[in-house]
Amino acid sequence: MTHNIIISGFGGQGILFASKQLAKSAMHEDLHVSWLPSYGPEMRGGACNCSVIISDEEIGSPLIPHPDILIVFNLPSFDKFESQVSAGGLLIVDSTLVNKKSERDDINVSYIPATGLAADNKLDGLANVIVLGHLLKKTGMFDYDSFLSFMVSSIPPAKAALIEKNTLALKIGYDYEG
Amino acid sequence: MVVFDRPKALSDVPLHYCPGCTHGIVHRLVAEAIDDLGVVDKTVGIAPVGCSVFAYNYFECDMIEAAHGRAPAVATGVKRTNPDTVVFTYQGDGDLAAIGTAETVHACARGENLTIIFINNCIYGMTGGQMAPTSMPGQVTTTSPYGRDRKIQGSPIRVCEMLSTLDGVAYAERVSVDCPKNVLHAKKAIKKAFQNQIDKKGLSIIEVLSTCPSNWGKSPIESLEWLRNEMMPYYPLGVYKDIDAKEEDK
Amino acid sequence: MSNKVLMKGNEALAEAAIKSGCIHFFGYPITPQTEVAEYLAKRLPKVGGLCLQAESEIAAINMVMGAAATGTRVMTSSSSPGISLKSEGISYIAGCDLPCVIVNVQRGGPGLGGIQPSQADYNQATKANAHGDMHVIVLAPSSVQEMATLASEAFDLADIYRVPAMILADGALGQMMEPVDFDAKESRELPEKNWVTNGHGGKRKKNIVNSLFMDPAALEASVIERFQRYEVIKENEVKYEEYMTEDADIVLVAYGITSRICKSAVIAARAAGIKVGLLRPITLWPYPSKALGKLADTAKHFLVVELNMGQMVDDVKLAVECRRPVSFFGRTGGMLPTPDDVVEEIKKIAGGIA
Repeated sequence: MTHNIIISGFGGQGILFASKQLAKSAMHEDLHVSWLPSYGPEMRGGACNCSVIISDEEIGSPLIPHPDILIVFNLPSFDKFESQVSAGGLLIVDSTLVNKKSERDDINVSYIPATGLAADNKLDGLANVIVLGHLLKKTGMFDYDSFLSFMVSSIPPAKAALIEKNTLALKIGYDYEG
Repeated sequence: MVVFDRPKALSDVPLHYCPGCTHGIVHRLVAEAIDDLGVVDKTVGIAPVGCSVFAYNYFECDMIEAAHGRAPAVATGVKRTNPDTVVFTYQGDGDLAAIGTAETVHACARGENLTIIFINNCIYGMTGGQMAPTSMPGQVTTTSPYGRDRKIQGSPIRVCEMLSTLDGVAYAERVSVDCPKNVLHAKKAIKKAFQNQIDKKGLSIIEVLSTCPSNWGKSPIESLEWLRNEMMPYYPLGVYKDIDAKEEDK
Repeated sequence: MSNKVLMKGNEALAEAAIKSGCIHFFGYPITPQTEVAEYLAKRLPKVGGLCLQAESEIAAINMVMGAAATGTRVMTSSSSPGISLKSEGISYIAGCDLPCVIVNVQRGGPGLGGIQPSQADYNQATKANAHGDMHVIVLAPSSVQEMATLASEAFDLADIYRVPAMILADGALGQMMEPVDFDAKESRELPEKNWVTNGHGGKRKKNIVNSLFMDPAALEASVIERFQRYEVIKENEVKYEEYMTEDADIVLVAYGITSRICKSAVIAARAAGIKVGLLRPITLWPYPSKALGKLADTAKHFLVVELNMGQMVDDVKLAVECRRPVSFFGRTGGMLPTPDDVVEEIKKIAGGIA
C-alpha cells in the first residue's frame, strides 16, 4: 500500500497544515512517510504545494512525478498537476475556487466546494480540513475517529475553540455527497 | 633585590623582532598587565598574521594562531564558549584594518568582551614593506613606490576614531611607545583594557603607534622621530571612548 | 506507536547536534539551510547555549575555530556559496587538528547558482575543501533520520580523530519531513581533550593551537602524522549501504537524495526484469572503494547518478580499476531526475549488455 499525494494551492490555504496532518497520522500508525514542500522565493509568491508519500514499505524517492491522489485549491495547481495524476488515481478539486472540469476519463474526480462550505458554516480558513474529511471518505486511508482524535490532540489548549470547528469541518467534508 | 625582571607572562625565549622595532615593548606591556591582574592562568591570546605571527611563542598563557584578520572572530568563539577566560588579540594594521576590517568592526559592534591590542606602524612588516591601510599620505612603500596618493590609494584609516562610534566599544585609546613617558602611559591603558574585560564592560581596543625601522628604511632613532613628527599629527594620541569617563561626566 | 517525531531534515540535524552536546553554533543566513540556524536560535538559549549570527561566513567559521580550540563541541552550517567562503577557516581548522562539524546543505552552482537541491559540491567536499594537504570526513545522509544520526556521528568522528567533519546534504533533504528517532545513534568512546586552549589554570603547560611551521621538515612531519590518522579513518570508518547488489548486472552508485530516487528506480527496473542494484556511499570521504571493487567481480556495468555533471565518476572508476564500464546519468542546476528517467538509462545499458 502506497499513497503518493500532492496537495497544491496558494499560501495561506492551509496546504502545509493539511499535508502535515496526513503525514503525522501516518507516522502515528507506524507507516513510512515523507513530506516534501516546495520552497524558496516561490513560497513568498503565493504558490504552495506539498508532496506526501505514505507507505507500508520504505520510501525511495520523496518526489512524486505521478500522484495517485491530487488535491487542488486553485486553478494554476489544476493546470499544472491534473495531467500528471496516474491512471486510476483520485483528483479532489475545491470547486469554489476552481471553475474547471477534468476531461480525463481514466481517473476519479471529486468536486467539493470546500471554501464555500467553510464560509457557509462560519469555518473560515478550514476548507483544508473539509477536504481532508472528504479524502477520508473517498479513500478510507485512515480511520475517521482516530484521524479526528489525533488531529485535535495537536491543537494547543490555548486554542481549544478550534477543536469544535475542526471537528465540524472534518465531518462536513466526510458527509459531503458530490 | 630584583628591580627589573622578565614578566612571568612573557616566555623566556628570544624574540624574533628586528632591532629598534617596538613590538618587544608592547609584548612586555601586555605581559605586565596580565601579571599585574594575576590572570595568566585563564588567559587565551590570539596571535595574528603579520610580524607578530609568532606571538604564540612569547606569552605563557594558552595561545591560538588565527588566520589573517580573523583574530576577533576566533576570540569571539573562545570567549562566547568560555566566558570566564580572559581573551586578547594582538594584531597589526594590515590584519586588523584591511583584511580583517569586518571581523574587527563587528566584534566591536557586538560589544564582545575582549581586549584588542592594535599595533599601528603604517606598513606591512612581515611581507617586506608594502602599503598598509594606515600608511601615511605620501609614504613610500614597495607597493606605493611614488608615495601613497590619496587619489589612487585613498586615505589612511583612523581606527580608534572609527571604532569609537560603535556602541559596543567600552574603551578606545591611542597610545605610543616612542618615549618612556608614553610607554608608562601605554602600560596603564593596556592594563585598563584587560581590567575592563575582567569587569565585563565590553570591548576595549588600544591602538599603539609603533615603529618599523627595517621597512621604513630608517634608523631606530629616526624612526621614533618619524613616528612623532609624521604619525602623531595624523593619529592624535588620546582616549576616543571610555564608558567610565562618560559616567563620571554625568 | 514509536517515539519518533516528524521533522524537517534541517531541524532534525540541529536537534541531533544539541542532543550530541553541541550547544554553540555560529552561522550566517543562506537558503536552503536557514532552518538550521533558526531552529538553534530558538532552542540553544533554553539549554544554556548560544546561536550567534556572524557578520560573514568567514567570521562564522573562525568563531567555530576559536570555540573548537577550547574543546567545545561546535557547529556551523551553510550552503554551497557560503562553504566556499568558509574554505580558509576549514583549512586552518584542519591544520590545527581541531574537531568541529560543518554542514553544507547544497544548492546549485557555480556562482550564486540557484536554491534548489544539488550535489555539485562533491569534488569540493571530498577533494578540495581548501588549500593544503588535508581532508575532512564527509558524511552524506539520505533521509531525515540520517540527517540526525550522521550529525551525531560527525561530532564523534571529529572528536576521535581531531578532524573536521562535514555533513554534505542537499536542499531536498533539508526541507523534507520524515519521522526521526533521536535515540537511534549509539554513543562512542571519546578521547580526552588535552590539547585545548581555555586557560591552563596553572595546572598544565600552556597549549598552542597553531598551523604555522617555518621549518619545512616539521610541517612535513605534521602532515604525515595527520595522513596516518586519515589511513586509520579509511580503515575503520567507511560506511555504505548495498541494496539488491548480490545478483546485480548493473550497479547504480548514488548518495544523498539521489540514492532515494535510485532505490525507486531499482525496484521499477527489477519489476521489468533487469537485475539492478544500488551501492550508496554514506561516507564520501573515506570512500567505499573496497566495496565497489568487490562488486566489480560480479557486476557488469556501473551507473553513477548524481545531481551534478558527474563529479563522482572518477572515484568509481578508480574503485573498480576500470575493469567495468562506468557511465553517468545526472541532472544539475537544481533539477531532479525521476525514477523513470533513471530506469530509461538502465534500460539503455541493459540493452547493451544483453
